[in-house]
This record gives sequence, structure tokens and C-alpha cells, in this order.
Amino acid sequence: MEWLLANLPDVLELTWLHWLQCVLPLLLGLVLSLPLGYVAWRLRPIRGAILSVSSVLYTIPSLALFVLLPFVLGTRILDPLNLIVALTIYAVALLVRSVVDALESIDDGVRQAAVAMGYRPLRRFFGVDLPLALPVLFAGLRVVSVSNISLASVGALIGVRNLGTLFTDGLLRFFVTEIVIGIVLTLLLAVVMDLIIVAVERVLTPWLRAGAKQPPAGTGAGFAARPHAGERPDPAEAAVLP
Amino acid sequence: MNIFAAVAEWFLDPSQWSGPAGIPARLAEHLGYAALTLLIAAAVALPVGLYVGHTGKGRIAVVSVASALRALPTLGLLTLFVIVMGLGLMPPIWALVILTIPPLLAGAYSGIAAVDRTLVDAARAMGMTEWQVLAKVELPNALPVLLGGVRAAVLQVIATVAVVAYINLGGLGRFLIDGLAVSDPVRMFGGAILIALLALVVDGLLAVAQKYAVSPGLADRRHRQRRETPTVGAVQGGI
Repeated sequence: MEWLLANLPDVLELTWLHWLQCVLPLLLGLVLSLPLGYVAWRLRPIRGAILSVSSVLYTIPSLALFVLLPFVLGTRILDPLNLIVALTIYAVALLVRSVVDALESIDDGVRQAAVAMGYRPLRRFFGVDLPLALPVLFAGLRVVSVSNISLASVGALIGVRNLGTLFTDGLLRFFVTEIVIGIVLTLLLAVVMDLIIVAVERVLTPWLRAGAKQPPAGTGAGFAARPHAGERPDPAEAAVLP
Repeated sequence: MNIFAAVAEWFLDPSQWSGPAGIPARLAEHLGYAALTLLIAAAVALPVGLYVGHTGKGRIAVVSVASALRALPTLGLLTLFVIVMGLGLMPPIWALVILTIPPLLAGAYSGIAAVDRTLVDAARAMGMTEWQVLAKVELPNALPVLLGGVRAAVLQVIATVAVVAYINLGGLGRFLIDGLAVSDPVRMFGGAILIALLALVVDGLLAVAQKYAVSPGLADRRHRQRRETPTVGAVQGGI
């Protein structure tokens, strides 16, 4: 505790950096994966290709990706940009699938009704498809947020400053307190981010609270995407399913 | 010299392919740590997951524990275990085990829980004992999801073992950490390629194994469904 108070400005700075390094990739990932997911959803022939590339990218271990990127991007090896790009890649890889699953989960009748009412494709996407896809999409965002926050600390090994620095520094000085504080702050950050995402989702999907206790078709089907599931889990639960 | 040419040369250098610091030895260490971790984690997670999936008891506890564990930072846990338990093989392995439990647990639990309840009831009505229901009905039906969890766990372990080199163990991560320490980009690049390749190859092998291990009846039914099978990467969590 004394250590924390003595080093509060440093710790707060690291927390802030950690948060930035996770939020930026989350937002960038979302912006990139929406059009990619939309294209994959509309054009069935290239869907397989997009989804396999994203799962291959997701398979590359984080430490390896952090080290490979400088050579690909031409950045310095200690540049925090490498970490941000790597986490963005993971975010896109996960979210593209969420977007496809989310769009897939929408009742076709709703879409046809929108067309019958005269919605043009672009307006239909933003007015009908996207809002209805939100629950599944947000379940994906929550998973990405948790995994990015935990992954980012590995960046400390390649010299990026964030909460992971407390781990490398703590090991160097054999100082347990510092490591425990790092772990607690990382968990705290993950919980706070999760709450923020859930709050944003609640604001964006008022109709889910309004009347229906029944979630819309396909809620939570995102990751769970079980081959022959009897029951669909709720999104919170889906977030931990493989 | 071009970095790619230098890395190619690094790979072709015969001294990389022998001795205790050579690629084969490091690869064997990497796989050894991964196997040990998976064995321990599976021994804990699979029985618990199957029990919870079968009985429905402790569902909420399992889901919340699994997601809480997922948020734990890999590096933090590794360094903590080393400081508290000392250097050596087992402290990092225990840390890895904790990180490997969530995907296995979630796979086993959700696989069993997702089995159509009418199938289970039918099995009971036919006079099967609880053990038979679990072994002959629930387990085969849960296999696709369960193996998905195993695949996610294996990938996560392979990725995390790379980090273990930082705390004085071997494995392919050594090339990265040592390369960084002496600012040798060629060695780092080569090591990163090896780790990435290992993950991709293992994932490919598991995908094939997953295909063959699933009962033909289920595979067929899945085929007819429009929805694609889930990739396992979907919820790997902290690598």
C-alpha cells in the first residue's frame, strides 16, 4: 500500500497507457471489421476466405506477432505502435466473425419487411440490420476487450510501457507487491471496460429492455454458434463459451 | 543485408539444428511444457466441466470463475508464481495450468449443457444409468464443442509457453528473449516465425483430428446445416 501511494503517479500513468493501448485497437477493430464482416456476409464466395484468414491471424501467438510486426511495418521494435497494430489484428479477427454471425442471426422476415417498406440497402443496413445485430456484436466486443487487456501486458516484454511493466519490474526487483498491484489493476481495468461496454449496449438497444423478456432471435449465438444447440445461451454466458 | 535473407541464412545454419540451444531441442522443450500443462489442466477441468454440465449444479459458479480467470494477465501470473514459489519448472507450469483451465472447462461444460435435453430424457427412459447417459449420449454429442475447447486450450498453451522463456525456462521463446537481450533482430525474427508456424501447424492438425473424432451421425447433421462450425479461435482469451 505504501509502495502504491509512493508511486501513484507512475502507476496511474501506466494504467492510462494500458487503457489507451486496449481501447484504440478495440475501436479500430470495430471500424475495420464492420465493412469486412458485411462484405463477408453479403458475398458468400469470399466469406470462407475472409473467415479463414482471420482465424489464421488469430492463431498467431501474441509474443510472436509483437516481434514480427516491426519487420513488416518498418517500425522500431520498442514502438508501442506494434502492440496497437497487433491487438487491432486480433480484434478484427474476432469481430469479423461476430459481425457475420450477428448479421446472420437477424430474422429474414424483418429484413424483407424493411425492403417492402422501401428501405434502400444502405439505409436498411444502418437502420435495420446493424441495430438488430448489436447484441451479438457487443458480446464479441466484450470478449475482445477482456482478451486485449490481458494480452497487452505481454507487450512489456518487448519494452512497451503499460501495466505489464509492473510485472517485468517486479520480477527484476523480486517485489511481490508490485506484481499483485499490476494483476489487480489489470483485472479492475477489464471489469471497468466490461461495464462500459455493457452500459453502451444498454443505451444503444433500448428495445431489449422495453418489453420483451425474450431476447431477439440468435442473441448470443455469436461465439457459441453451436452446431446443434438445443438452447441458446445468453450473451454474457456466450462470452465464455469456446 | 536484407533481414529476410539474414533470417533464411539463420534457418539454414547447421549449428541451429543441433545442441541444447538448437531448434529441435527448443521445440522439444516447448512441446514438453505444453503437454505437461495440458495434462494437469485437463485432469482438473474436464471432470468438473462434465459434472457441472451433467448435473447442472454450480453452473453460475463455473461460468463466472472461467471468465474471471480469462481476464488474468498471463505475464502477471507467471511472474507472481516465480517470485512466490521460486524458480524452476513447476511454478510457471502451475501458472500456465490456471490459464489453461477456462477454455477446457467452458468447452466441457457448454458441450454437455448444449446436448438436446430430449435425447438425455430418452436415454434415461430407456433405462440407462447416469454413467451410461454421460458416456454414451452426452459425451458423443458434446464432442464437437468439447474438442473446440481443447483446441483453444492447446493454442493458448503454445502461445503462453513462448512467454515462459522470460523467466529462465527454455522453449522457442528463448530465441525471442535472448535475441532481444543482445539486440539480434535475426534471431528474434526467426524465433517468432518458429512460434507462429508451430501454432499454425498444431491448429491444423487439431482441426483434422476434430473432424475425424466426431461421430459420423453428428458430422452429417452438421453438414446439412447452413451455419458454419465455430472456429475455435473465437474465444481464446488471453494468450
